[in-house]
Amino acid sequence: MKYESQGIAKLYFIAAIALFVGQILFGVTMGLQYVMGDFLFPEIPFNVARMVHTNLLIVWLLFGFMGSAYYLVPEEAERELYSPILAKVMFWIFLVAGALTILGYLLVPYARLAELTMNDLLPTMGREFLEQPTITKIGIVIVALAFVFNIGMTILQGRKTVINVVLLTGLVGLAVFFLFSFYNPHNLVLDKYFWWFVVHLWVEGVWELIMASLLAYVLIKVTGVDREVIEKWLYIIIAMALISGLVGTGHHFFWIGTADYWQWFGSIFSALEPIPFFMMTLFAFNVVNKRRRDHPNKAAVLWALGTAVMAFLGAGVWGFLHTLAPVNFYTHGTQITAAHGHMAFYGAYVMVVLTMISYSMPLMRGQKAANVNAQKHEIRSFWIMTLSMVAITLLLTGAGIMQVYLQRYSADPLPFMVVQDRLAHFYWAREVAGLAFLSGLFLYIYSFFAKGPEVADVE
Amino acid sequence: MRETFTKGMARNIYYGGGIFFFLVLIGLTVDTVNRLPATDNRENLSEQVIAGKRLWEVNNCIGCHSLLGEGAYFAPELANVYTRFGESTEAIKAFIKYRPVDGVEGRRSMPQFNLTDEELEELAQFLKYVDGIKTARNWPPNIQG
Repeated sequence: MKYESQGIAKLYFIAAIALFVGQILFGVTMGLQYVMGDFLFPEIPFNVARMVHTNLLIVWLLFGFMGSAYYLVPEEAERELYSPILAKVMFWIFLVAGALTILGYLLVPYARLAELTMNDLLPTMGREFLEQPTITKIGIVIVALAFVFNIGMTILQGRKTVINVVLLTGLVGLAVFFLFSFYNPHNLVLDKYFWWFVVHLWVEGVWELIMASLLAYVLIKVTGVDREVIEKWLYIIIAMALISGLVGTGHHFFWIGTADYWQWFGSIFSALEPIPFFMMTLFAFNVVNKRRRDHPNKAAVLWALGTAVMAFLGAGVWGFLHTLAPVNFYTHGTQITAAHGHMAFYGAYVMVVLTMISYSMPLMRGQKAANVNAQKHEIRSFWIMTLSMVAITLLLTGAGIMQVYLQRYSADPLPFMVVQDRLAHFYWAREVAGLAFLSGLFLYIYSFFAKGPEVADVE
Repeated sequence: MRETFTKGMARNIYYGGGIFFFLVLIGLTVDTVNRLPATDNRENLSEQVIAGKRLWEVNNCIGCHSLLGEGAYFAPELANVYTRFGESTEAIKAFIKYRPVDGVEGRRSMPQFNLTDEELEELAQFLKYVDGIKTARNWPPNIQG
């Protein structure tokens, strides 16, 4: 760690990991509700658990991105953060606002929360992933603007590298596209159309810029490969992400009452969306193979390779599986979507944040890399979580294929709930995989506290 | 990558491609919005339907159900529920109204939202309006959603 203000990232990362635990606890709760429908009913009905699960994911990833930016940007810009105080104040504002929102979901009925937060003044609640009360959304905008300002000023007054400029572009895009969450027209088709300007343009657009720049940064650090080579890769990866992903938004416009031509635009462009992820995999392995040094932080290298591979599988391959309109006609809104969503978010965004944490946390704690035992536990937790997520994805895919056949494709389609009962074995196995994931997460957290010989001693 | 392909070229593809396809997306968006009146059933967007959409939102229905295939996959698709329930808003209202407060033992159950008769009518009218949206290939594939 070269600059003192980079240390602020630690605060953000600790919060991110704590919220990650919350996310998974609610995940396994929902998994159980899939097979034991009355579990925690009516105290925590499924919709509440799901809202907490998905919102915690979004919030902790945002903490992860912000922490990553606070760590990365001063070093790239070769100067202290513009305002460390602002970064600390925003941390507490975001944490308190996030915690209050989650408590609101859990403690009062959602309709009452809407009333309490005066949703009627500017109704934005009750749409998937954008369930936050309007006041929370305004808070998110304020935090995001302050954050982008802080990062932006640091870069403007410092060295501009491809990595920090691309990261900044992604973060500005994140803040700008979130503004569509305030647009909630009465017309459902319009509502859905522009809802995707937040959701798709985040996860299949600007977040890919953030992911690619974080990955590029860690790869420079752990491999010592020439910056010029890495920056060229970075440009071409994000170029392909935007070229495929922008019009690729159309794969969400097949069946929501929008023009038929989206079946062509959406299918063709989204079929290209695996390309940037495939290039990321090539990039990561290529660069690691050409490494000029063996970095003592083996765990960070593993996470970097892992995120590239899993993002390609989850976002690329599992996305492609159901992205062509003739296929999507049958799979739209089934467990296939859930399968894809789980592996894509884990592979691309969870893992890239964990890559940054893995690389930077030891440095912020005054070590070159975590001690031998800590790395051993971290690497084991990598495999437990990753393989559990593979299992979850395969099981949901199995459930999805059965669901599509029984409910949509067979000559005698069965009602939704009848089909769900027949999928119970898949859901039970998925719950076991979910619990395995949780155990991997606990081991991951334990790895930060494990004692052992320093890496330098064994080298 | 080979030396003939320079970083400058990669950068130009990124900026050029990004800006070009963003403009394409905007162009297609303008065209799509202009074509919506033919399919989006806006002629039936009554005050009741608008109130029903708000009820749909503030009760977080999307947290369990899907609507036009989007949402959660825990409970049935509702974009065609009006058709599935025999084109009867009364049937939709009765279903929502008589959900048991404590659920059904061992089964998934919809919460009891304690809606007034007026609210039930608004919500049912909203679902009827959604059923009237003309989707490509008449999605969902069949009445089961």
